[in-house]
Amino acid sequence: MNKQLKAATLDGNEATAYIAYRVNEVCAIYPITPSSTMAELADEWSAKGTKNIWGNIPDIMEMQSEGGAAGTVHGALQTGALTTTFTASQGLMLMLPNMYKIAGELTSAVFHVAARSLAAQALSIFGDHQDVMAARTTGFAMLGSASVQEAHDMALIAQAATLESRIPFIHFFDGFRTSHEVNKLFLIPEETIKSMIDDELVFAHRKRALNPDNPFIRGTAQNPDVYFQGRESANTFYDKCPDTVARAMDKFAKLTGRQYKPFDYYGDPQAERIIIIMGSGSETVAETAAFLNAQGEKTGVIQVRLFRPFSIDYLVNVLPSTVRSIAVLDRTKESGASGEPLYQDVLTAIVEAFNLDKIKSMPRIIGGRYGLSSKEFTPAMVKAVFDELKKDKTKNHFTIGILDDVTHLSLEYDPSFTLDESGWTQALFYGLGADGTVGANKNSIKIIGENTDLFAQGYFVYDSKKSGARTVSHLRFGPKTIKAPYLIGQANFIACHQFNFLEKVDMLTLAKHGATFLLNSPFSKEEVWDNLPLIVQETILRKSIKVYTIDANQVAQDTGMAGRINTIMQTCFFAISGVLPKDEAITHIKKAIEKTYFKKGKAVIDQNFKAVDQTLANLFEVTIPQKSSAKDKLNLVVSNRAPAFVKEVVARMMEGRGDELPVSAMPVDGTYPSGTTKWEKRNISDMIATWEPDICIQCGNCSFVCPHAVIRAKFYHTDLLEAAPDGFKSAPINARGFPETKYTLQVYGEDCTGCNLCVDACPATDPKDRSKRAINLRPIEPTLEQERRNIEYFESIPFNERSTVNFSMVHGAQFLEPLFEFSGACAGCGETPYIKLLTQLFGDRLLVANATGCSSIYGGNLPTTPWTKNAAGQGPAWSNSLFEDNAEFGLGMRLTADKHLAIASDLVRQLTPQLGAEFVGDLLDSPQKLESQIAAQRIRVDQLKNKLQQISSPLAANLLSLADFLVHRAVWLIGGDGWAYDIGSGGLDHSLATGRNINVLVLDTEVYSNTGGQMSKATPTAATAKFAAAGKRVGKKDLALQAISYGNVYVAQIAMGANPQQTLLAMREAEAYDGPSLILAYSHCIAHGIDMQKGMEQQANAVASGYWPLLRYNPMLRKAGRNPFVLDSPRPTISLKDYAYKELRYKVLTLTNPEEAGRLITMAQEIVDLRWKTYETMALAGAESFQPVF
Amino acid sequence: MTRLNTTYLGMKLRSPIVVSACTLSEEVDNIVRMEDAGAGAVVMFSMFEEQIRKEEMRMEAIMQSTNNVFAEASDFFPDLDEYHVATAQYLETVRMAKERVKIPIIGSLNGITPKGWIDYAKQLEQAGADALEVNIFYIPADIRLSGVDVEQRYLDIIKLVKQTVKIPIAVKMNPYFSAMGHTALQMQEAGADGLVLFNRFYQPDYDILQLKVVHDLAYSEAAEIRLPLLWIAILSGQIKASLAATTGVQSATEVIKYLLAGADVTMTASALYKNGISYITTMEKSLLLWMDSMGFQSLDYFKGSMNQSNVSDPTAYERANYIRILEGAKK
Repeated sequence: MNKQLKAATLDGNEATAYIAYRVNEVCAIYPITPSSTMAELADEWSAKGTKNIWGNIPDIMEMQSEGGAAGTVHGALQTGALTTTFTASQGLMLMLPNMYKIAGELTSAVFHVAARSLAAQALSIFGDHQDVMAARTTGFAMLGSASVQEAHDMALIAQAATLESRIPFIHFFDGFRTSHEVNKLFLIPEETIKSMIDDELVFAHRKRALNPDNPFIRGTAQNPDVYFQGRESANTFYDKCPDTVARAMDKFAKLTGRQYKPFDYYGDPQAERIIIIMGSGSETVAETAAFLNAQGEKTGVIQVRLFRPFSIDYLVNVLPSTVRSIAVLDRTKESGASGEPLYQDVLTAIVEAFNLDKIKSMPRIIGGRYGLSSKEFTPAMVKAVFDELKKDKTKNHFTIGILDDVTHLSLEYDPSFTLDESGWTQALFYGLGADGTVGANKNSIKIIGENTDLFAQGYFVYDSKKSGARTVSHLRFGPKTIKAPYLIGQANFIACHQFNFLEKVDMLTLAKHGATFLLNSPFSKEEVWDNLPLIVQETILRKSIKVYTIDANQVAQDTGMAGRINTIMQTCFFAISGVLPKDEAITHIKKAIEKTYFKKGKAVIDQNFKAVDQTLANLFEVTIPQKSSAKDKLNLVVSNRAPAFVKEVVARMMEGRGDELPVSAMPVDGTYPSGTTKWEKRNISDMIATWEPDICIQCGNCSFVCPHAVIRAKFYHTDLLEAAPDGFKSAPINARGFPETKYTLQVYGEDCTGCNLCVDACPATDPKDRSKRAINLRPIEPTLEQERRNIEYFESIPFNERSTVNFSMVHGAQFLEPLFEFSGACAGCGETPYIKLLTQLFGDRLLVANATGCSSIYGGNLPTTPWTKNAAGQGPAWSNSLFEDNAEFGLGMRLTADKHLAIASDLVRQLTPQLGAEFVGDLLDSPQKLESQIAAQRIRVDQLKNKLQQISSPLAANLLSLADFLVHRAVWLIGGDGWAYDIGSGGLDHSLATGRNINVLVLDTEVYSNTGGQMSKATPTAATAKFAAAGKRVGKKDLALQAISYGNVYVAQIAMGANPQQTLLAMREAEAYDGPSLILAYSHCIAHGIDMQKGMEQQANAVASGYWPLLRYNPMLRKAGRNPFVLDSPRPTISLKDYAYKELRYKVLTLTNPEEAGRLITMAQEIVDLRWKTYETMALAGAESFQPVF
Repeated sequence: MTRLNTTYLGMKLRSPIVVSACTLSEEVDNIVRMEDAGAGAVVMFSMFEEQIRKEEMRMEAIMQSTNNVFAEASDFFPDLDEYHVATAQYLETVRMAKERVKIPIIGSLNGITPKGWIDYAKQLEQAGADALEVNIFYIPADIRLSGVDVEQRYLDIIKLVKQTVKIPIAVKMNPYFSAMGHTALQMQEAGADGLVLFNRFYQPDYDILQLKVVHDLAYSEAAEIRLPLLWIAILSGQIKASLAATTGVQSATEVIKYLLAGADVTMTASALYKNGISYITTMEKSLLLWMDSMGFQSLDYFKGSMNQSNVSDPTAYERANYIRILEGAKK
């Protein structure tokens, strides 16, 4: 280790942003996974006053979309500022139009891209090269990095090269694999950065800028006479670019000792078989080639760094003359192409080189695809590719890493093949997202990477749920740089931070012989063995695994760290893993705790120290008996009642074995069955809602607010209880006119997240014990089996007829079947209760257009999805198009519904002679406003279909295909504030202005919740958010008033926690209104920094303070000559502070900058007062004060 | 304003009207207004150890519960390195107040653990507090504790704090000791430079409809001054520690009474909540008017003039007085 160099452990995003920030003046950004961190860091550094190499603080500007960011970048560049941006995936797609311009104008700039999959048959947040490959035609140069260190280095080389070549650069690296991998790297000193950037070139860049003192025009429109020549005029710049890059790399090497080339070759100089690849996979190939060569093989790899402009000469220069066969690996898919881009370019280059006599023989070249959406790419797969190249008859256009049993393009590989890993300590940690495991592991990497000569690498895998999410941390430590961009296959150390994982994950299958296993267990060291599942016991015995146990939850409880076991488990790791001497490690842990929490208070430090000290006294080695003692348990992943697709496909994903699914198992067009969450009993909470029938007043509040639809109610005839299992709970119904009727509130305990919202919403308490309500959280374990029986019986009781339920009232809504259930949303989510209610009200005829964001993730992320259907097979039809286009997407759905209804109606009229005039009249004239009318129409449509099947005519066949449209469809557009206020604002505005019958539900969390709490235009004044670290100074956009200004848009502002009845009313009015509707729903969120158990209470506070007035604007009232604007909430009863300072997003500013916080909260209060006054004036005005409605 | 000069905890104050610990002092601007209105000193709002610890832990718990939970969002708030915890905010207020006003700033600390007392007392001293008011708010709800145990707890804390800081300390005490006077003496011996009489324990009430315990803060009333008045009158002249009176000061009348009993300073907050900070000036004017009418040139003319050792009938403060009152009531 070179002591002169400053080592750091960073992830690829930070390593990149570190340079990009220092060599730019302006940065226009927009959050998108996995690149968001780069923008966030830039914003934080700017807020803290960190300077670039010229001593000024870069100006960071969050835009409304990536399209907006690209436009801003273009403008800043054109006027001479050194400007950058960070993006990925769809974000890069939105930048494409500007990128052609920026390149066409030969403008120096670097776009840093954490390369990610594109949304095709499905969205994926994970890494591959589809996005950057889609940008390869823009004229940008493309420089790829393979590791965290390279990302750091190439960011600088790209900047140097763009300034000299005038060609803009995309600097890309693999999303997640590199962007999120934490690895030890050597930071480039500030002086070196300065040396790499030639100020004369910066001046030249400025000189080319638009300047009224030296005016010219750029961006003309050209005609057939000159456009073509103009396009060719910059060729020489592209011709010179590879040399420019190579020079920059050489200069960089002189300054840092790290030598790169546009194409780098690693392997045997006499190699016969080589792989050409770019991105992180290059490291895997290089390490594998070295391993194989040590065994006598002749292999190598060409790592492509400069993909555009593609230089034949630089490629040929590194190509060993001995090469006979080449496999070109692309991390992308170009359906319908004759090959993927890198393959095509290499093929073209080699053929051209051969034609020009630059190479003497023509090697055989095949292309293959690997690693899409962060699919693992391991040495075993590399070996399979090298082996393929040995064959006489090779498979071209192959895939590696999957089983393609349809087109049989995949190569087989031996997963047991590994490289020599003896120099590494490899550790796996299984934790919960909420238990701090990942945070502690990042901390451990820092401790080792920055305080010792050891190298460290960390990569973190999350499941796709937001509540109860499982995390697996992969940590490697070793004496040399760790080049292993793939998951750990054989671990020396495995830690299980949650005991119940042992039943779900066979984690010891990844343990090496003699490995150490650390288990957080509620059992003593004597009892723990007998409580391990059989498979775990057998693996421990077979592999001679050493087992240590600690009751970390108890230690956490005893030391005041309830629920946070991270420090405890981290201490255990250092105590028994042997990575560092124990005492040294503990000193480091304590130093790290002090450093981390220095400004967060002594209390936090004290508690953590206490936890560390008590850990060692409670950590025990388990004496392993000679043989196993557990009985084999049959653990079905899903119930036998599940449909075949769920059992055969979905269940594999749920088990974490989705990688094993062959291509044939996949739907070809991204279509998946509804209602699969019901088969995934996640059991994520030890404490679940439990009903007390004797106390309950059957108000339905608990069911109404439940974010996960786990609280269901039915009423039924007493006779039905005769067959009920013992212990099935019921109570006489609390309503007049229902003799011999019982009521049951059934909790689906295995789906409950224990969020406590129901308990908080329950108004009924036991007169003898006021702490006991009609619904309480109780341990799941004692009643689990009983409740399983109860649920089975409860499901056999029919849902109440919709026409018998008064669902204009909250207590009536509980009897409506939710068609959105058991989602993976956060425990206590503020959004999902609204969605669930929507499906209860209109689910059987609902079409949903869902903008990308939290709701599309908990609504549509595999393996299981919550949108479901009723016993008749009807339910919401859901789709997600993109983030930015959701309003237009939903409008399209409306147009289809209207068009097909019109065609169907016309066909019905034409078929009147065959169908009968009375029937046709009923069919076409049904108002379909009431449930009974809709039910009657459904019967008529069924009758129509029967009749049509008897009629043999093209008209009848045509009508049969459209008959379903005769039942009116409810079209709802759902999305968050990031969509409605920012990226989709224009589309939403336009769609509302069309006057068509679309209903928009904005789940307003006031930040980009899904990507980590970045500011949107819904973020309120005085709150902090990412990109608003100093507190938001601009007021929140009043989207309600904006929509009201059209006059014919139904608008409501709702907050379920404040007034559930108003929520219900607004949703029903919106749907009933035959025109556009907009509902703004206050959605509490973890991004607010609140105790989520009090989410609904905080909604009530928002309304009580006047911050979130409840209102409804109904154009139908205006049409009837009445005031359409109704203010549903009373005058404020508490101050804004009383509401706001219960939330961290406001509170933190009082800690970072109390004076500014004071000014902003005063201003925010003024805004609240003004807004209230405006609304009150509107509510008191006459009808004539509002626009007439057509 | 030399006529109103007094000495409290060894500090020369321009006026005996001091602002007691209350939320008004959370804003430095208010402290400046208090000085402008004529306050002799300001006791800062109380720093409650358990509140600070709870807030720190709550914030950390919320932050941590949202960190590294999903692949897309490793956290939800801007980097917290630069954040100041509640203590830092308190200390910053003390520092800023010291910069902007000349009158003494007295920190007020309410600890629960020995470590808390030591750490926070030190920090307050370092932040520039001129003195420290030790606010021992302790209800011995554990009925196994004896009176001696409770007294010892107070004395231990006083000793601990006294050993920790060099600035003078005052103890805000409660009246519920079997032998108030003796306890006061013991506190003085343990290191208390002053005694503040009395801490008003916030006593709960019930909401009989909701069947809930109601915790609300009722402002003190002028009628409440009699108990502290009694004990100041008894202690004045018998102990060396400074005496501050802090209940029921609604107007200059109560200020005068307390001074007559022997208080070195009188503290008020309720009156300022009700009438605004400028009310200090009103009280001061009334005090001066009264002094003029009585011909008193300075506080020395009358301070302690009606304490137990100075009145002609010292039994007025003892049992005989009680009997007299009872007899008076019969008439």
